[in-house]
Amino acid sequence: MSDKNYLTTDYTLRSWFLTTDHKRIAILYFASLIFFFFIGGAAATAIRIELATPQADLVSSDVYNRLFTMHGIIMVWFFLIPSIPNTLGNFVVPLMIGARDLAFPRLNLMSWYIFMLGGCITLFAILAGGVDTGWTFYTPFSTLYSNSYVIVAAAGVFIAGFSSILTGLNFIVTIHRLRAPGLTWYRLPLFLWSLYATSVILVLATPVLAITLLLMATERFFGVGIFDPRIGGDPLLFQHLFWFYSHPAVYIMILPGMGVINELVSCFSRKEVFGYKFVAWCSVAIAAVGFLVWGHHMFVSGQSLVASLVFSFMSFIVAVPSAIKVFNWTATLHKGSIHFDAPMLYALAFIGLFTIGGLTGLFLACLAFDVHATDTYFVVAHFHYIMVGGMVTAYFGGLHYWWPKITGRLYSEYWARTAAVLIFFGFNLTFFPQFILGAEGMPRRYHVYPPEFQVWNVLSSGGAAILAVAYLMPLFYLGYSAFHGRRAPANPWNAPGLEWQTSSPPPEFNFASQPVVTRAPYQYNEHFQAEPQNA
Amino acid sequence: MPERSAFAPQYASIPHRDHTAELGMWVFIATEVLLFGGLVLAYFVYRHAFPQGFAAGSRHTEIVIGTANTAVLLTSSFLVAWAVEIFSPVTAKIVTWLLIAAACLGLVFIMLKGIEYSREYDEHLVPGIDFQLAGPKANGVQLFFVFYFVATAIHALHMLIGICLLITLAVICRKAPTTRHHTALHSAALYWHFVDVVWIFLFALIYLPGRSSS
Ligand code: HEM
Ligand SMILES: [Cu+2]
Repeated sequence: MSDKNYLTTDYTLRSWFLTTDHKRIAILYFASLIFFFFIGGAAATAIRIELATPQADLVSSDVYNRLFTMHGIIMVWFFLIPSIPNTLGNFVVPLMIGARDLAFPRLNLMSWYIFMLGGCITLFAILAGGVDTGWTFYTPFSTLYSNSYVIVAAAGVFIAGFSSILTGLNFIVTIHRLRAPGLTWYRLPLFLWSLYATSVILVLATPVLAITLLLMATERFFGVGIFDPRIGGDPLLFQHLFWFYSHPAVYIMILPGMGVINELVSCFSRKEVFGYKFVAWCSVAIAAVGFLVWGHHMFVSGQSLVASLVFSFMSFIVAVPSAIKVFNWTATLHKGSIHFDAPMLYALAFIGLFTIGGLTGLFLACLAFDVHATDTYFVVAHFHYIMVGGMVTAYFGGLHYWWPKITGRLYSEYWARTAAVLIFFGFNLTFFPQFILGAEGMPRRYHVYPPEFQVWNVLSSGGAAILAVAYLMPLFYLGYSAFHGRRAPANPWNAPGLEWQTSSPPPEFNFASQPVVTRAPYQYNEHFQAEPQNA
Repeated sequence: MPERSAFAPQYASIPHRDHTAELGMWVFIATEVLLFGGLVLAYFVYRHAFPQGFAAGSRHTEIVIGTANTAVLLTSSFLVAWAVEIFSPVTAKIVTWLLIAAACLGLVFIMLKGIEYSREYDEHLVPGIDFQLAGPKANGVQLFFVFYFVATAIHALHMLIGICLLITLAVICRKAPTTRHHTALHSAALYWHFVDVVWIFLFALIYLPGRSSS
């Protein structure tokens, strides 16, 4: 057999842009996401620079509104939601189940094009003048008062939603139908359980967002009062529909991250994941209960007290499966032989940051506290701990873990570990002060604030500078390794997953012969020997 | 470049491949249910808020056209089901004609819908463009027509996609029908039936409220 792999089968541009190989599509997504991450990051940088002083010295309030909106829209819809599923997921799902591709390879390519179309339209909205509604597009501001490019931006998000739906659909069908012989559900790596749960949310929640944005655009465009109370519309309905999608969406953002952490924690403590079935079903439980808690974003919206109480209660319930996962990771670490490789450092950072984020989520789920904290920096800190501290950290961890598989090269452990530590440090310095700011009453989305808040804001901006550097580092050492790194063996971590049983990088169709699975996942022990590789 | 056969196949067997494709369509239909579900939810919220406006709005709709369209769509669904049922290389010709007939009925549906829209336009019932209705119930009626136009327009868009699907399949099936085409046809039929079912719900929500009392 020839030694060509998926990267070297063909070099033409055409072979990249018309590829149906899930691995190449993963790379296409990867490149696009880096691009969006930096746009969102640039906006964040501008925001933090502005907030370093209590006055408005950098931008006007109008520009400030456009900045945080652009930051939110890009980061949520064009980075966090597609990040792990579309890059790491696309790459490893078929490999992990021993298939040669996803169930619908052409649909997969189409998803990428749809995603890029949505992204370009949103970028156009930003370049043309920006949007000032916040990423939530709350009505009636977005439909009536805002003088910005609301419809264009919403159209971009709407289109990108179809890409999410198609990806979710592809994963569900693939995981159902294309598992290798012997790969029963309870032998499935936990990353796939979490991606499966994520896909269910993508498929069931995203259409509701689509219809919501469509109604909003209709109202804005034709001036009909769907959400406008003057003509009988109901602005709360917008919030209900929006959060019916967007609360589950926060689990779209975090579940894949949790899945990655399972792989990392067990690999680098050389132990089976503690309580496999619990962890697996917790993903499903989170996905299911996540649909029932959207009202906790509306405690101060004027919904009925009964509704608020029910949503508060449900929010506590949904915290249980998340907590179970944290306990299970800790139990997996317990008495493991822990290796502090770079992916493990990211995983440990994730566990710490996610725990803080989750616990403060419980604060917010308490009605009385939330009324105090709503629209303050406390909320901002909470969701950044989950989304950035959790999700982005997990993404980096997964990227380092599968990097040798993706590129066939090894990166510099030294730089990777340094970056991981810096990210953890910079992150906490950036966002922990925001809890204090929020508790003391600094509102979110203001760019001018009383001088007594400045100390914490300066700390936060300083942390953001460190964080920015730390996020840039992988660009250099990973970029360098992709071309000049040492060649990676097929299974550098000595892990038992199917994806490690084919060469690095994998050949075009993944496996020379159909792999057969004969044991449970995560069988790490001293006698473990990776199965012979077909290189 | 290595031969394709040097690699593990994507599917274990032909039925495995076909069931995979069908599962894809079912999952897709699940997303569609939620898409229309969001709309129907909005409908019920406003109908609860403006029961009289909705009843009045409903009485302004063209029930004759609506009913005719229901019949047209059900018939075409029947033809498609028939085509799926008898599909085989021998019956390729009949299958083709059944599909074309079903697609034509779909076009009839769209045409009737167009007539209905234009009448509503003449009666100044289109919110946003030239809605003109005064009185205490105007808000409710207007919201009713917002729902009506958004829902039927999205439904009509689904119809157009379905018509294209049916015609494409008709062309393909005529030439060289195989099990692969049967699967494609079956999936397209699932979609067509789904669009049909959505219409039946819309029919009940749009044309019937407020009619029984008058
Ligand atoms: C696990 C992943 C989680 C993610 C990704 C996440 C993300 C978010 C986001 C983005 C917001 C801000 C919404 C806004 O802009 O208004 C938010 C707010 C909130 N989160 Fe979370 N969250 C997570 C977990 C939790 C948990 C476990 C709870 C409770 C048990 C929770 C409770 C809340 C509450 C009550 C708010 C509303 C705060 C307010 O607007 O007043 N979250 N979360
Ligand atoms: Cu929420």
